[in-house]
Amino acid sequence: MMRFWPVLALLACAVLPWTPGLPVFWVSLLNYIGISSILVVGLVVLTGIGGMTSFAQASFMGFGAYASAILSTRYGVSPWLGLPAAILVSALGAAAIGAVTLRLRGHYLALGTMAVSVSLYYLVANLDFFGRNDGLSTIPPLQIGSYRLTDGRVFLTLVWAMLVAVVVATNNLLDSRLGRAIRALRGGALAASSFGVNTTQVRMLAFVHAAILAAIAGWLYAHLQRSVNPTPFGLFASIEYMLMAVFGGAGYVGGAILGALLVTAINDLLQDWLPKLLGQRGNYETIVFGVILLAVLQVAPEGLWPHIFRGRVRRRVIVDAPPLDRRPHVTSDAPILAVEHLAKRFGGLVAVNDLSFTVAKGEIVGLIGPNGAGKSTSFNLITGVAAPSAGAVALFGQPITGLSPRAIAGHGVARSFQHVKLVPGMSVIENVAIGAHLRGQAGALVAICRQDRGEEARIFAEAAHQLARVGLAGLADRPADSLALGQQRVVEIARALCLDPVLLLLDEPAAGLRHAEKAELAALLRRLRGENVAILLVEHDMEFVMGLVDRLVVMDFGTKLAEGPAEQVRRDPAVIEAYLGVA
Amino acid sequence: MDSTIAAILVQDGIVNGAIYALLALSLVLVFAVTRVVFVPQGDFVAFGGLTYAALEAGTLPGSLWLLGGLGVAAFLFGLHQRRAIIGMVLTCLALPAAIIAVTWLAVPLKPGALANTLLTLAIVTPIAPYIYRIGFQPLAEASVLVLLIAAVAVHLALMGLGLVFFGPEGSRAAAFSDVSISVGDFTLAGQALWILGLTGALMVALYGFFGFTLLGKALRATAVNRLGARLVGIGTAQSGSLAFVLAGAIGTLSGILIVPLTTVYYDSGFVIGLKAFTAAIIAAMASFPGAVLAALLVGVLESFSSFWASAFKEVIVFTAIIPVLLWRSLRHAAVEDDDE
Amino acid sequence: MSVLVVEALAVSYGAIPAVEDISLAVPEGGLVTVIGPNGAGKSTLLNAIMGVLPSRGGLRFLGHDISALSVEARVQHGIALVPEKRELFATMSVADNLLLGGFRFGRRGAGGELDRVYSLFPRLRERHRQQAGTLSGGERQMLAMGRALMGKPRLLMLDEPSLGLAPLIVRDIFRIIADLRATGVAILLVEQNARAALAVADRGYVLETGRVTLEGDARTLAADPRIVEMYLGAATAR
Repeated sequence: MMRFWPVLALLACAVLPWTPGLPVFWVSLLNYIGISSILVVGLVVLTGIGGMTSFAQASFMGFGAYASAILSTRYGVSPWLGLPAAILVSALGAAAIGAVTLRLRGHYLALGTMAVSVSLYYLVANLDFFGRNDGLSTIPPLQIGSYRLTDGRVFLTLVWAMLVAVVVATNNLLDSRLGRAIRALRGGALAASSFGVNTTQVRMLAFVHAAILAAIAGWLYAHLQRSVNPTPFGLFASIEYMLMAVFGGAGYVGGAILGALLVTAINDLLQDWLPKLLGQRGNYETIVFGVILLAVLQVAPEGLWPHIFRGRVRRRVIVDAPPLDRRPHVTSDAPILAVEHLAKRFGGLVAVNDLSFTVAKGEIVGLIGPNGAGKSTSFNLITGVAAPSAGAVALFGQPITGLSPRAIAGHGVARSFQHVKLVPGMSVIENVAIGAHLRGQAGALVAICRQDRGEEARIFAEAAHQLARVGLAGLADRPADSLALGQQRVVEIARALCLDPVLLLLDEPAAGLRHAEKAELAALLRRLRGENVAILLVEHDMEFVMGLVDRLVVMDFGTKLAEGPAEQVRRDPAVIEAYLGVA
Repeated sequence: MDSTIAAILVQDGIVNGAIYALLALSLVLVFAVTRVVFVPQGDFVAFGGLTYAALEAGTLPGSLWLLGGLGVAAFLFGLHQRRAIIGMVLTCLALPAAIIAVTWLAVPLKPGALANTLLTLAIVTPIAPYIYRIGFQPLAEASVLVLLIAAVAVHLALMGLGLVFFGPEGSRAAAFSDVSISVGDFTLAGQALWILGLTGALMVALYGFFGFTLLGKALRATAVNRLGARLVGIGTAQSGSLAFVLAGAIGTLSGILIVPLTTVYYDSGFVIGLKAFTAAIIAAMASFPGAVLAALLVGVLESFSSFWASAFKEVIVFTAIIPVLLWRSLRHAAVEDDDE
Repeated sequence: MSVLVVEALAVSYGAIPAVEDISLAVPEGGLVTVIGPNGAGKSTLLNAIMGVLPSRGGLRFLGHDISALSVEARVQHGIALVPEKRELFATMSVADNLLLGGFRFGRRGAGGELDRVYSLFPRLRERHRQQAGTLSGGERQMLAMGRALMGKPRLLMLDEPSLGLAPLIVRDIFRIIADLRATGVAILLVEQNARAALAVADRGYVLETGRVTLEGDARTLAADPRIVEMYLGAATAR
């Protein structure tokens, strides 16, 4: 039933406008609600899901509206051709603005887009080309043959059919390899880039996607209204769209429509009733609006959607699929990982100093040492998260020093994090699937058109396989943040295995696990060793480490204190002192 | 363009820039202490200017009722949060009542510029901490984004209220003095002198406050390390209220200073505030001296662009942010930040 | 009489419990230590007592129920925490950091505390004009402790004071901790450095995966083979 909702919705779009007794006024209101919804769906993906706050969405709507308006009024281009033009102009504009602003984070991005929005407003309002403050009028209507789409009811069908298409396309995008990357931006960006996600590109994708939806909304607006001027594309309009997203639920595509519906309807009611109650002097609706928004933020910061529609657990069906391609076998005799004279200084503080060691294939090496000894920093240097101050890291004898985390992931280095970095709202199996990001190719268009199902089936078969391998198959559909911390660490291992790694870096994998779980984890790591994977692990749990590793490297104050077989290191007096502490 | 015109433009720019600098300081302060991007800062400029103009005209300013209403609302919120009753009766009920009474008695006497300035400060400033208590304190743990949206909501409400209380017509007031100084061809107008003098004095006062008083240091401490501040007993709510008091006072004073220069409307504040934002963003919302310098630059840029391309003055000012943002983003290479 | 009594304390992050059912007491002038491996919930426990994290269960300080109080109010009652990350005011001077440590006494200050702190940590006096952010690791720890002492606490909680410090400095820090208890302040010390912690403490609690697994007299605990086992693995125990 739910699979066919778009068909039913399209049917409703065609039939419902002709409901007898539907007032013309409602028809017009519903048109604007639909147009706003299209824009806000993009904003939800960008801000609520991707974590990038933009106050320039109305400007992108303006790009679309003006592009089509100018082409059709001045150059006699068919309004239908205005749609691709609107999308193109807006996408190019977004790419240019995004190139400058998307490197900004959080509130800087918000304020930067605010400035862009104000600046564009005044530009358009002062250039003759755009008709200055008056804008452009007598825009031709959309036409099918000789039939002009001037009837609000017919237009309503078009608007809501577009909305259905946009929602389907957006849901398809979110449920894809790149969609998971967008969802991973908020909170898990470092983890995502450690699994090969090009976060810059993914941010741009979300930004351009939102701009394109805004352009579609603008195109519809221009040919419904049949005139454009700068005001509906100014900063205040952008604020109102943000309000719709927050009101409805910025993290939910459905919240976009709910927000657009409620905000538009309430706005209209207020504009109708407040002057009757309070007189004509003020525009009371802005006051009431501000107050309502403030109240919503305090009472339901997630928006209304999750309060009305409780999140259902969606079960992902795993189908049989041919396994993903594996990494070609490297026959080099060089050690998989060689760290040479590695050093990292933060200001005057030496975190890692002249550290050298190797990890051969099929070997488990433990990196141990007291808190603050520089173990996690070493991990970050090896994986490219931080750049070393001196020294070199080589993989199969090839230098990888200074490469990005993404490039290093591409060479087959996978890791887990000391502070678990899973995407909180996302299911366990989808989190694991992020590990296989580099093993798929599907782009955004392929995903939107649902042509990525074969690849997706293979990715999820792999994710399910790795989850089963770490013993968490039963939890696949649970939200990742509902698991106990120890289990979340194991999910991170499954995610790392999805990369098909040659080298696995694990940061305290056993912390928070119970005794039996530790034993299972140790057995898994031994099996991986048997498959020639090299493993480097930081761990404090000595019982776990001692029985497992082939060799130990002990660090203290950034330097290597001892190295050798576990038995020998354990009896080293310097190690005992470093560990049990001085008295 | 000859040197006289250039000198006039620079003077204009510096006078406007001084106002932007005050507001930018206040934005940086509020952000550092509370993480709120204080979008309604500009509304305080408008309220300050309009209240002063009303007092000068001998009418009761509408902002008085806003003061009273928000005081009662803040009191009710405080009751809900179970705060100490006596303190709240004093700060939320008695204080606005006293201010309303004094204003009511004083207005018919037309007491002069100084008294009007003080009255205006007394009427408008407390609105800011009331807003903090009602709007932001309950959201203390929320993200910067949520706080930003809340700030936008407060701005919408205040602007609407500004229209209700002051009407759509703008107001203008007489200059504080008609004195002017002439050096050769170059004349420095009296109001410009007032603005530069008071702005300078206020900056020195703020410097002294933050550098030498326990309370000022406590505010700085909250800005530097919120948890550290709580651990020595500096309450987040108190420092937040204090930061809002300062922001309210700075906004109000800016409004009083500009209303003799330009007609102020109920919605004039936003664009002024946004220009101060431009300066604050250029200074990365973090550095006080940087914000002052950037604000002066924004002022000068604005006055020169209004001479050369007056229609595009706003475009030029707001686009000026972009190269700065670009430079900053290139300097901090794109290493993924750990959290947020 | 106990300065602090913790009864069946529990803290969770979302649905996930971090510490559960923890009961402990710190006697007046006593020095109690909580040791345990990483991730056992030691810092969580201190943060919950300080009010930085919300918790369930009983918290009594000098006989008052403090479980509903804010962090600031707990400071006013005389609890101080030196957190694991120190949380200094990095861009302010050492002197200002200390001054703010006495914030709860207002402008009057705590009177004479500054001299006492400077005599405990002479290094801080030498560097009183330097920015806190430019201090070395050991000096930062001293400043964090000094700042907490400026508020004349009745209970001083220290979260891993030896973290990241060189052995010589760790010795200094622990000597100072021992000196402090002589001044009568009760101390709750969380440490990974089990040997050093148990050497200065009267009583110890061992925390593992959020629960107290061992407790007792510090000297007895120090000799307990299970402690050695926890740190160096079972095989080393004998």
